[in-house]
Amino acid sequence: MKFRGSAIVMTVYLLFLLVPIYWLLNMSFKTNAEITGGLTLIPQTFTLQNYVTILTDPSWYMGYVNSMIYVMLNVVITITVALPAAYAFSRYNFMGDKHLFFWLLTNRMAPPAVFALPFFQLYSAMNLIDTHIAVALAHCLFSVPLAVWILEGFMRGVPKEIDETAYIDGYSFPRFFIKIFMPLIASGIGVAAFFSFMFSWVELLLSRTLTTTDAKPIAVTMTRTVGASGIDWGVLAAAGVLTIVPGALVIYFVRNYIAKGFALGRV
Amino acid sequence: MEKTQNNKAWFLVLPVLVLVAFSAVLPLMTVVNYSVNDTFGNNEFFWTGLEWFEEMVTSDRLWDAFGRQMLFSGIILLIQIPLGIFIALNMPKSGFWASFCLVLMALPLLIPFNVVGTIWQIFGRVDIGLLGHTLAAMGIDYNYTNDPLDAWITVVVMDVWHWTSLVALLCYAGLQSIPQAYYQAARIDQATRWSVFRYIELPKMKGVLLIAILLRFMDSFMIYTEPFVVTGGGPGSATTFLSIDLAKMATGQFDLGPAAAFSLMYFLVILLISWVFYTVMVNMDREDAK
Repeated sequence: MKFRGSAIVMTVYLLFLLVPIYWLLNMSFKTNAEITGGLTLIPQTFTLQNYVTILTDPSWYMGYVNSMIYVMLNVVITITVALPAAYAFSRYNFMGDKHLFFWLLTNRMAPPAVFALPFFQLYSAMNLIDTHIAVALAHCLFSVPLAVWILEGFMRGVPKEIDETAYIDGYSFPRFFIKIFMPLIASGIGVAAFFSFMFSWVELLLSRTLTTTDAKPIAVTMTRTVGASGIDWGVLAAAGVLTIVPGALVIYFVRNYIAKGFALGRV
Repeated sequence: MEKTQNNKAWFLVLPVLVLVAFSAVLPLMTVVNYSVNDTFGNNEFFWTGLEWFEEMVTSDRLWDAFGRQMLFSGIILLIQIPLGIFIALNMPKSGFWASFCLVLMALPLLIPFNVVGTIWQIFGRVDIGLLGHTLAAMGIDYNYTNDPLDAWITVVVMDVWHWTSLVALLCYAGLQSIPQAYYQAARIDQATRWSVFRYIELPKMKGVLLIAILLRFMDSFMIYTEPFVVTGGGPGSATTFLSIDLAKMATGQFDLGPAAAFSLMYFLVILLISWVFYTVMVNMDREDAK
């Protein structure tokens, strides 16, 4: 009886989550005439034209490429700098460590709207506007603190005796770190990378401010569908569906790690 | 774990420090600079002292936006936290259905913010959206572009749709860490469902719940893209939250001085509330360790 109740709750909740997404998917397979003509629960004139438009037009699909490039750059930079820092926080007491840790976290709390304009000026001054690296660096603002926080949680779970044994065995610090320590916290690195990916992929305000054409992300390209003849709903919906796909794939691959990462109480 | 005292650890933190200093401290200093100067272009600045701050503190527009923001974050926390706990309690504990639910629930979290906005913008439209159309067919007068209340409901429902899963997933992880023996002991004592929740599940979820509240508070307090796409801050300024107002001021009207003063106060409020949460969390960690 209890199981029955849970199943109903979950079904209702998942329906609530999925119906709006279904509606987008549904629209993406319709022609504009059908979309504005009336309400149909399944596409009557099934068409792939909207997807063809996106996948054959460079100004559309380059948006995806740009997004992927800066998200990947961001993940790589974030993990590279966060690993040693998290190790320091998890293993040592040093001058000002607690203040430093909180200060890092405060950057996660900074509203992007506060930083948009100064970022624009800073990167203009360095000729980095409209490059992938600029967006990747700007996103480090919130991905690095989060990654340090997550990794520190995982590293705390590794007994210190392992470090000491490795040093006695004559491992140097870099070799110990890469050969022994990193495999031990592999799932932590996975979770940190996942969250860096997630927050960089979904962010719009900063990436829009810092790009004009060459590095413009897909989310910004989507605002183009408002043309002279009104909104191209079908293409808009198809573009939306395509932005969900990479996220869905990533979730599928890391689903077991997510539960583990959450279990450590760190997000 | 006992930590060793070693100031050389600073070298390990250095890369993060440089990076964050570059992407946070430098821009923040620019903001501070703007907040105490006035400019008429050409990079000429005139010292104004605290004038902008005074103007902002006494501005009705700012206080209105602040009020709406507090109301919004309050509603969001009141709905999402209990709902998230409730969903987590009802999730399958293991097996195929558990991963099935996990994957589907995580889906809204990975949709770009403006696409979330687009989805709900379309979904709520009376002419082409399923929700708007259904409500209209039921004879309910629903129009989020004209009616402030409908706009609010749409934005709140959208945020619930977007972020409740995060709370649920966190709580779920907290629940997973409770050993079966606890439940068996409760069964022997013939504990009611409520007391199992109150004395076993809730204390075990305390840590993750605080993180969930902290994250949801911060993010709902900074919300920008989703309501901007759906309502554009309207009708009127009914859904103009702090970030939307700020972006309007800084990039729309180029009132850099007031916008900068506004930014700093905005940031300080978030910082203050988050610091309280953080201190509570750290103290709890310490108690758990004992």
